[in-house]
Amino acid sequence: MSEQGTAGGEQVTGAQSLIKSLESAGAENIFGIPGGAILPAYDPLYDSRIRHILVRHEQGAGHAAQGYAVATGKVGVCMATSGPGATNLVTPIADAYMDSVPMVAVTGQVGASMIGTDAFQEADIRGITMPITKHNFLVTNADDIPRVIAEAFYIASTGRPGPVLVDVAKSALQAQTTYRWPTELSLPGYRPVSRPHSKQIREATRLILEARRPVLYVGGGVIRAAASKELRTLAELTGMPVVTTLMARGAFPDSHPQHLGMPGMHGTVAAVAGLQKSDLIISLGARFDDRVTGNLDSFAPGAKVIHADIDPAEIGKNRVADVPIVGDAREVIADLVVALQAEQAKGITGDYEGWVRFLAGVKMQYPLGYDAPAEGLAPQYVIERLSAISGPESIYVSGVGQHQMWATHFVQYENPNTWINSGGLGTMGFAVPAAMGAKVGRPDTTVWAIDGDGCFQMTNQELATCTIEGIPIKVAIINNESLGMVRQWQTLFYEGRYSNTDLQSKRVPDFVKLAEAYGAVGLSCDDPSDVDATLRKAMEINDVPVVVDFRVERDAMVWPMVAAGTSNDEIKYARDLAPEFEEDDL
Amino acid sequence: MSTHTLSVLVENKPGVLARIAGLFSRRGFNIDSLAVGPTEHPEISRMTIVVNVEGSPLEQVTKQLNKLVEVIKIVELEDRESIERELLLIKVKADAATRGQVIDAVQLFRAKVVDVAPDAVTIEVTGNAGKLRDFLAVLEPFGIRELVQSGMVAIGRGSRSITERTLRPVPVPVPAARAIPS
Repeated sequence: MSEQGTAGGEQVTGAQSLIKSLESAGAENIFGIPGGAILPAYDPLYDSRIRHILVRHEQGAGHAAQGYAVATGKVGVCMATSGPGATNLVTPIADAYMDSVPMVAVTGQVGASMIGTDAFQEADIRGITMPITKHNFLVTNADDIPRVIAEAFYIASTGRPGPVLVDVAKSALQAQTTYRWPTELSLPGYRPVSRPHSKQIREATRLILEARRPVLYVGGGVIRAAASKELRTLAELTGMPVVTTLMARGAFPDSHPQHLGMPGMHGTVAAVAGLQKSDLIISLGARFDDRVTGNLDSFAPGAKVIHADIDPAEIGKNRVADVPIVGDAREVIADLVVALQAEQAKGITGDYEGWVRFLAGVKMQYPLGYDAPAEGLAPQYVIERLSAISGPESIYVSGVGQHQMWATHFVQYENPNTWINSGGLGTMGFAVPAAMGAKVGRPDTTVWAIDGDGCFQMTNQELATCTIEGIPIKVAIINNESLGMVRQWQTLFYEGRYSNTDLQSKRVPDFVKLAEAYGAVGLSCDDPSDVDATLRKAMEINDVPVVVDFRVERDAMVWPMVAAGTSNDEIKYARDLAPEFEEDDL
Repeated sequence: MSTHTLSVLVENKPGVLARIAGLFSRRGFNIDSLAVGPTEHPEISRMTIVVNVEGSPLEQVTKQLNKLVEVIKIVELEDRESIERELLLIKVKADAATRGQVIDAVQLFRAKVVDVAPDAVTIEVTGNAGKLRDFLAVLEPFGIRELVQSGMVAIGRGSRSITERTLRPVPVPVPAARAIPS
């Protein structure tokens, strides 16, 4: 192995130094495609114990690295060459930045003397990715490679995780250098705070005990901090209701009676009401995104806010925090538990009885549901059955759109890191490559991509990678032959003028043949009575990828819904149906 | 209009200015003035940024700046607690008839004539924004041919230094290398 102390160092090429550094940083899998500028690195990679997975498009490499990172909690690594290779990574890098995914992207760059000359396949990828990376580097001196790789992994995985790009000039890869893995790093401007301040914990504890209508607003930070266990302890200790955002699905079991589901634009009525009518929001690793708050001015008007986040810049960004807490979600929650237990020992507990009863009533009155169509297959039913048959131990990965919202609602999540999607950036085409990455990281787990017919056609080339590399993912295409979410908005806000949302995907392409062409098994289903049998068949195939074309009815819509820019008070349970709250219960 | 003066200590590395400028434009923060230069420590540069915070609160500006890995420290310099200076070079019309009056103004403002031509003089002046504004008002009637102004630099009053305690970097342990399964 290549771990190296401070002594001596080894005479190697920059390329060898790069691969040794990646090994030392703990990289086990790299998703990538070689090309001119990165070519020197691929020679030592040939002999490395790191597994390189040759993808079909760099965007696939990036999303695969994301899927791998979310499924395993480790840093995902992708690699590409200069110019177009690097620019093809831009979307996944931006996606990882929005969703705080720890990722290191290594790109080749033209030789140092060529930089700035508009050389063949030259693009200033460091400049391009400055606003979408946590940090990035351009390496022109081979001696810097080990330090930069060590810093990249450290920055990507600590504090608020995020993508780091390392652009290495070809001349640095070809130069002779000494390989020496650093034993410490000096980053004077980077000191993430993970320990919460005890004064803030005391203040938060006081507010929690005083509140009558508190709610735990749980975001993706709880997933990244692996704080599900602590969260459950806190929730059960206090009896406070819990909402989990799109990025936090699985952080708290869906089966738990205190769980109100997902808040936001397509949130459950109970979760939206739980935030909107609360008098105290305890935000844990969430960022008051516009898709959660709706119109910010009318969001949860009666609530005080305890805002805990590892990124100080999130606190107070959208909503003023009464008690700001900077820290890692797990440590914050653990400290709150200790403080509340101490109060409890003194006989001091919060009184949330009326509130809990009110929300239980809302939850019962407005459960998630859908109307099965008289004819054809309901997309929600497919996902419901998929969840029931594959179970809560499986990993579910989605694209972006209606199917994503149905997948977040109608799959029952019981465990963290079992739901992987593109939340912040909303990248269509995320599912297939991210599922591939998740399956590489968790080979013994069933991984389902729940994809739309539009999304699937953006990145399905990675099925070739899956077949050849032995990565047997399963894909459920929710084929409503349209860009369904856009179509839904056209139905609701554009008088049903379906401008350019009809994909005709039940006609072209033939998804079954397409799957077969990729060496995968292709199945198709358009009848509710065949759904279970089709799913069971898909579950039995574990040597190659499976693609199931679920040909669903196209008019199904995602409900509930808060129209963009309006208040959460305007939530509609179904079209033209607003829930009525019996506020006297409060 | 609400402006604040920030002293930002950054690692002296390529691309830092681009990062900061990019952050301001991306987040919709307005820069009124920017000056960058070396400090007494060769590895640290100091930026003096005058921000106009009408849209977003100063707190967001400093928090977002602090997220940049190469930003080491940010200090807000209050008007009364600091010395602020800008440098101005002005080319003013001045012939035999008016030159005397122009030079009177130069002396009054403790400015300096740095170049003379038959029909113009070039003047160097430093001061805070108010003084420079007043000086320009006095020169205006003579006819200003050309003007160039630096960004503001500022330093806190008293003996305290904002750089002295920043140079002790905290060494960060590298995550232990993991064995890679063969």
